[in-house]
Amino acid sequence: MSEGITVRRQKRKSSHTKWKLCFFLTLVILLMVIALFSEQLAPYDPYEQNLMEAMQPPSTKHIMGTDQHGRDMFSRVLVGGRTSIFATLALVAVIALFGTVVGTLCGYYGGRLDSLVMRISDVCLAFPGLVFAMAVAALLGGGISNAVLALAVISWPKYSRVARSQTLALKTAPFISAARLSGCGSNQIILRHILPNILGPILVTAMLDIGTMMMELAGLSFLGLGAKPPVAEWGNMMSSGRSMLQMYPWVVLSPGIGIFISVALFNLLGDTVRDYLDPRNSRSR
Amino acid sequence: MEPILQVSGLTKTFHANGKPDFTAVDQVSFLLYPGETVGIVGESGCGKSTLAKLLCRLLDVTEGTIRLCGQDITKARDRELFGAYRNIQMVFQDPLTSFDPRRTLGDGIGESLRNAGVSKTERERRVVELLEQCGLSETFAGRYPHEVSGGQCQRAAIARALAIKPKLLLCDEATSALDVTVQQQIMELLKELREKEKLSYLFICHNLALVQSFCDRVLVMHEGKIVEEGTTDQVIFYPQSDYTKILLDSIL
Repeated sequence: MSEGITVRRQKRKSSHTKWKLCFFLTLVILLMVIALFSEQLAPYDPYEQNLMEAMQPPSTKHIMGTDQHGRDMFSRVLVGGRTSIFATLALVAVIALFGTVVGTLCGYYGGRLDSLVMRISDVCLAFPGLVFAMAVAALLGGGISNAVLALAVISWPKYSRVARSQTLALKTAPFISAARLSGCGSNQIILRHILPNILGPILVTAMLDIGTMMMELAGLSFLGLGAKPPVAEWGNMMSSGRSMLQMYPWVVLSPGIGIFISVALFNLLGDTVRDYLDPRNSRSR
Repeated sequence: MEPILQVSGLTKTFHANGKPDFTAVDQVSFLLYPGETVGIVGESGCGKSTLAKLLCRLLDVTEGTIRLCGQDITKARDRELFGAYRNIQMVFQDPLTSFDPRRTLGDGIGESLRNAGVSKTERERRVVELLEQCGLSETFAGRYPHEVSGGQCQRAAIARALAIKPKLLLCDEATSALDVTVQQQIMELLKELREKEKLSYLFICHNLALVQSFCDRVLVMHEGKIVEEGTTDQVIFYPQSDYTKILLDSIL
């Protein structure tokens, strides 16, 4: 009797996670589609100035109002989203890939290279990320690609740490010995047996990192080290509106809503992916 | 008759930072002839498993030589070592962790064939054949390790070890993670394979009853050294060394 109840509860919980995953995945895909087709979707040209209509509060004509140059905020938030979201995804993809490759190789081969790379990554992890990124971005000059590069330089060690520790744990597993006895070389063992097994934790780290990275990119842009005006990007839109916060709050709030919605969505998706991949969450695979 | 495995003066010393060197296997020498089954017994931590790993070159040898089918494999690398693995294969203690959790049993069994360049259709045919030989139906080829029981998984592990037709099978406590009835079935399977495939075994075990019913000769290991060697009955009924007596007393 009681056993029946626990079984049912577990089953309900796992199907609940699946449902949540589908829901958030749909929303994130929707967000990305909107960002991708933002130029077609935007009701106005995001770069067209109309000083006659500057600083309009939200109305039916401009649902998020207009900024100091009379540009429609809603259109700018949409188009800005494309810059922010895709720059963030590119950034996370680059650091996850690089960090995983470095971490797996270090974990697998060990030795002096491993010590050296891990000390470098210790330094990166100990240093405040945004401060370092600011320094690098300032050195490279503005522009969204330089901001991505600056954040990538400081953020990859997180992935190499995860990949390395997972690889170390797997390296001594009997199935790796068995693969070696089956005649697999090191490359085959890494590609066929280690990488597929460490992908779960890496994916979860990456999903949870998207929100943080989006904030940091927006942060760099806010400080004037990322996307340069007039390019619409949430961070620099907030920056250019900050002096008018008290009089015309919508200029800051509109991109803020954009950041809030996308960071929240990516974080919720990351959480759900983590729950879904949790080994305790029994699933057929 | 030429021995299939010729081990002389085999030594493995582990160096750890800040700790004295630890010699897990100390000057071990023995011969194993074709068709013979040799048991290695000893308490936990006496170096049995380290010895098994050394023989498969999963660990590097500190000193001594290993000759397999007349070929010195002590320092073999890459291609040469893959060649050696056609003659020696190993069955591990814990069947479930000896298969990649993300790959099917069929994938694992066929891996050595794949590395040997056997085509996909031929591989699938061979995998089914091997599964049946080890008493499993062909549906097991598509299952994942966590979907089968320990005994079934160990049968699959034996199938994997047999895939490239080795001459010598190393069983590192292959039955100790299984319950008694399943243990019996696995032993039956190993005996059957000995008859049919003319396999030689190096059977590492701490269950003396199993060793008695299965092995021709026994080596007793203690603190990395071989302290006694002889036919199974000789060692069990007329133990010479003190350690063997203690070992036998603790069981009987």
